[in-house]
Amino acid sequence: MKFNQYTIHELQDKLAAREISAVELTEAVFARIAEVDDQVNAYITLNKDEALVQAAAADKLLEQKKGGPLCGIPLAIKDVMCTRGLRTTAGSKILESFIPPYDATVIEKLREAGAVICGKVSMDEFAMGSSNENCAYGVPHNPWNLDYICGGSSGGSAAAVAADECIASLGSDTGGSIRQPGSHCSVVGLKPTYGRVSRFGLLAYASSLDQIGPLTKDVRDCALLLKVISGYDRQDSTSVAQPVPDYLSALEPGLDGLKIGIPREYFAEGLDPEVNEAILTGIAELRGAGAETVEVSLPHTDYGVAAYYIIAPAEAGSNLSRYDGVRFGYRDKEADSLLEMYEKTRSQGFGDEVKRRIMIGTYALSSGYYDAYYKKASQVRTLIVEDYQKVFSQCDILVSPVSPMPAWRLGEKTDDPLSMYLADALTIPANLAGIPALSVPCGFSSAGMPIGLQIQAGHFNEEKLLKAAFNLESALEVKGQKPKL
Amino acid sequence: MSITADEVRQVARLARLDVLEKELESITEQLDRILGYIDKLNELETDGIKPTTHAVEMENAFRDDETRPSLSQQEALANGPEQNGEAFVVPKVI
Repeated sequence: MKFNQYTIHELQDKLAAREISAVELTEAVFARIAEVDDQVNAYITLNKDEALVQAAAADKLLEQKKGGPLCGIPLAIKDVMCTRGLRTTAGSKILESFIPPYDATVIEKLREAGAVICGKVSMDEFAMGSSNENCAYGVPHNPWNLDYICGGSSGGSAAAVAADECIASLGSDTGGSIRQPGSHCSVVGLKPTYGRVSRFGLLAYASSLDQIGPLTKDVRDCALLLKVISGYDRQDSTSVAQPVPDYLSALEPGLDGLKIGIPREYFAEGLDPEVNEAILTGIAELRGAGAETVEVSLPHTDYGVAAYYIIAPAEAGSNLSRYDGVRFGYRDKEADSLLEMYEKTRSQGFGDEVKRRIMIGTYALSSGYYDAYYKKASQVRTLIVEDYQKVFSQCDILVSPVSPMPAWRLGEKTDDPLSMYLADALTIPANLAGIPALSVPCGFSSAGMPIGLQIQAGHFNEEKLLKAAFNLESALEVKGQKPKL
Repeated sequence: MSITADEVRQVARLARLDVLEKELESITEQLDRILGYIDKLNELETDGIKPTTHAVEMENAFRDDETRPSLSQQEALANGPEQNGEAFVVPKVI
């Protein structure tokens, strides 16, 4: 095996034992990027020179038996988190030249833990999309089959992890943007509880739904990375001052006493039969590990997409008003008046999907429509929250598919925004309720495309997710399978 | 139609977006389809239900009004598409 193919926890041992150096490891990652990224197109911006400096500094610490849990580990960062001095585009032309003057809190935490930052990876523009085809810097391709989408919006993160172009990655999830690409690329992806991880320095899409989380090669790495990035941050007033548990200690074999809810609405009409079969196999394995299962109902699941496509665009319309050509990013220099400058800058700088969502949000909040749309959607959100509250009195976790279908072909849904929105039906409810949810690889379709299993739990119950996912991963023979590139 | 071309023009103006006349029809059609789907929400009776704006309960985050290090003027201006070293420059407003 090549160095870049290992997990974080395997590399921690090899680096500590000085079997390899952080510089060699980082060079192996960049060699892999040079080998495959012209096909995969996961990266928007490479940070090679700086990464090698960080790796050399990590080696010094490792020599002295010092250094944090990620010392010398090469990571890829979704291009929506501010990295001081390193261009951050959000996949948008409007931020083509934006060099953040500060680090997002998660980036600061990665640096403190000794991580090496290899570069910024692709995403749907401002995290709006489910296929990563809305990106001003080219579309990433699924490493399992280059004719297929890798999912979105954190598509570059999932593709880079799956193709071993980094050891692990951070993504962000507003309606499934970590879990869905994780599922389509056969990597582990976790959306933590809302408030678990600071959003300071994350370019905002929908502030009441956005959450940063890890995409990794296995469940242990997921627990490890989650521990590093979690915790209260005074810079984010919505981050929660709850102690960060040692997530790694949750990874014990055996699920005796765990009650798994199978939500019937997640297995409704329209679910791909191969996905259904893979998830049922996964559920059987979880039972084999000692868990008990019970059928449950979340009756408002079917309304999640409709509520989301009011709430998220309404918040986005407001959040994206800052991109006006004045303080950062692109500006149309031909305009004569301020108003014309705003309109031309935004129309030329934003892509179609971003404009579409800004318009939906603006419409929903405009005079006379507020009650019919935003208030209504927020009330339906309450019904979804209450569904979860009821269900978590009957079981500990929920198990379901992540996506109703495996990855589709590039271009297949680009002309039909609504069908793309509906692909997120099973991931959106967790964001509306702020609960943690995880995608773990569970098998492959007959066409060889990955299928992920989703686990959801109540607020701040990440340990339950990780424990169940760890047991499933141990029972299946999916982990370690690599795409042929 | 739940949204008309005139409303799309008005919404674009509010959102500071410049919609080309030739794109207007297709944008109106797409938004209409999406809003038509969203009308599904009206199947649910929601009278008297409290809206949720944040899913995790939180209190107001007050802090002391203390001075802390912040970006220098130079750093804050560095990304400006046009600036004169002291301020961002924009087309004439009045």
